[in-house]
Amino acid sequence: MGKSDATGATPGERTRVIACGMIAREILALKDRLQLDALDLACLPADFHHHPERIAPAMEQAIIAAKAEGFTRIFAGYADCGTGGALDAVLARHGVARIEGPHCFSFYVGNAAFAARTDAHMTHFFCTDFLARHFDTFLIAPLGLDRHPELRDMYFGHYTHLVYLAQTVDPVLEEKARAAAKRLGLAYVYEHTGYGDLAGALQHAVQSGQA
Amino acid sequence: MSDDEIILSELPDDELVLQMMDDLYDGLKDEIVEGVNILLERGWTPYAVLTDALVEGMRIVGEDFRDGILFVPEVLLSANAMKAGMNVLRPLLAETGAPKVGKMVIGTVKGDIHDIGKNLVGMMMEGAGFEVIDLGINNPVENYLAAIEEHKPDIIGMSALLTTTMPYMKVVIDTLVEKGLRDEHIVLVGGAPLNEEFGKAVGADAYCRDAAVAVETAKEFMKRKHNQAARS
Repeated sequence: MGKSDATGATPGERTRVIACGMIAREILALKDRLQLDALDLACLPADFHHHPERIAPAMEQAIIAAKAEGFTRIFAGYADCGTGGALDAVLARHGVARIEGPHCFSFYVGNAAFAARTDAHMTHFFCTDFLARHFDTFLIAPLGLDRHPELRDMYFGHYTHLVYLAQTVDPVLEEKARAAAKRLGLAYVYEHTGYGDLAGALQHAVQSGQA
Repeated sequence: MSDDEIILSELPDDELVLQMMDDLYDGLKDEIVEGVNILLERGWTPYAVLTDALVEGMRIVGEDFRDGILFVPEVLLSANAMKAGMNVLRPLLAETGAPKVGKMVIGTVKGDIHDIGKNLVGMMMEGAGFEVIDLGINNPVENYLAAIEEHKPDIIGMSALLTTTMPYMKVVIDTLVEKGLRDEHIVLVGGAPLNEEFGKAVGADAYCRDAAVAVETAKEFMKRKHNQAARS
């Protein structure tokens, strides 16, 4: 039996959610809102968004570590996220489920609704609360646009819109997203999605004690 | 002017070529154009300028990118510098009848608008002596078929950045099979989420992990093609 948490629950009684750092804040918000007290969050670096090939190996290590801590209920706080099935192969080996869908933009909109959208969103660059909040450090700097703004059109030249899929109603973030669109030379679209399918996925994982 | 500023036109050829490789590495577009023009004025053939200075310089950039020394922004700056040099050389290469290794049609597949990798491959292939027909982004299979019909390429290159769009490569290859065109062409695939296993699964001849590998793979397949033709 592993260490108990503040509520006295042991790892065996909780659900370890191993999630992308990009959705950590949202998971904690849902934990609070939905009273998912048995949810125990551990995150992999948000930076893996830029290196999806690192997700599956890191997930495997995190699952092994969670099991060693005594967790028997484990859930992956990821969609496929650019792993091209590599994440699913790891999860299948360990009997762990994940959030449905290809990526967070899809599950925030709702996977069914996202899939039903036309090809028009091919030229949409999606932004979330996380990306709006960390736009400069998470996107501009790694792409070198702070040092070489002339590269902007090489990265974004074929995009037409920045679509801010907002999880919360936050005028400060909305202003940041609008400024991000301007900086990338894209038209700005605001769409409040809330947490989309993430809420149901977490609720199901925790309340069913999903393995 | 600072005392240590390098005057390109005062450098002997061998030092100038080394300096151009440094400038390419540092993404200095204007200096590359200047260096190209100096070598041409000194009587170098456009093909020699291309291969000895630009392609060799980009090969080093490619190796350092692969080894994690350079990152995407730096590679893009280098590519921009090489592109500027190529713009000077391209018309001259055509005039001087530089050797043509083969012909390639390349495009990003349907549903995908990302073209950084594709553009790098196209540029390096051109630098290696291939004629490159660039179909751009978001190409349905019909675009590849039309380009095959029109240009009769040796190689078809497909690129994708998204896991949601890369399966479309199989649609293109299956269509080539259906139409009896597959065996007439070398099919190379590439893109960040791909791997060798995927390349085999969709029926490509090879997966190329970066632009330098694409060039080497293309040359190797062209060599085999010529050997086969010679035997038959």
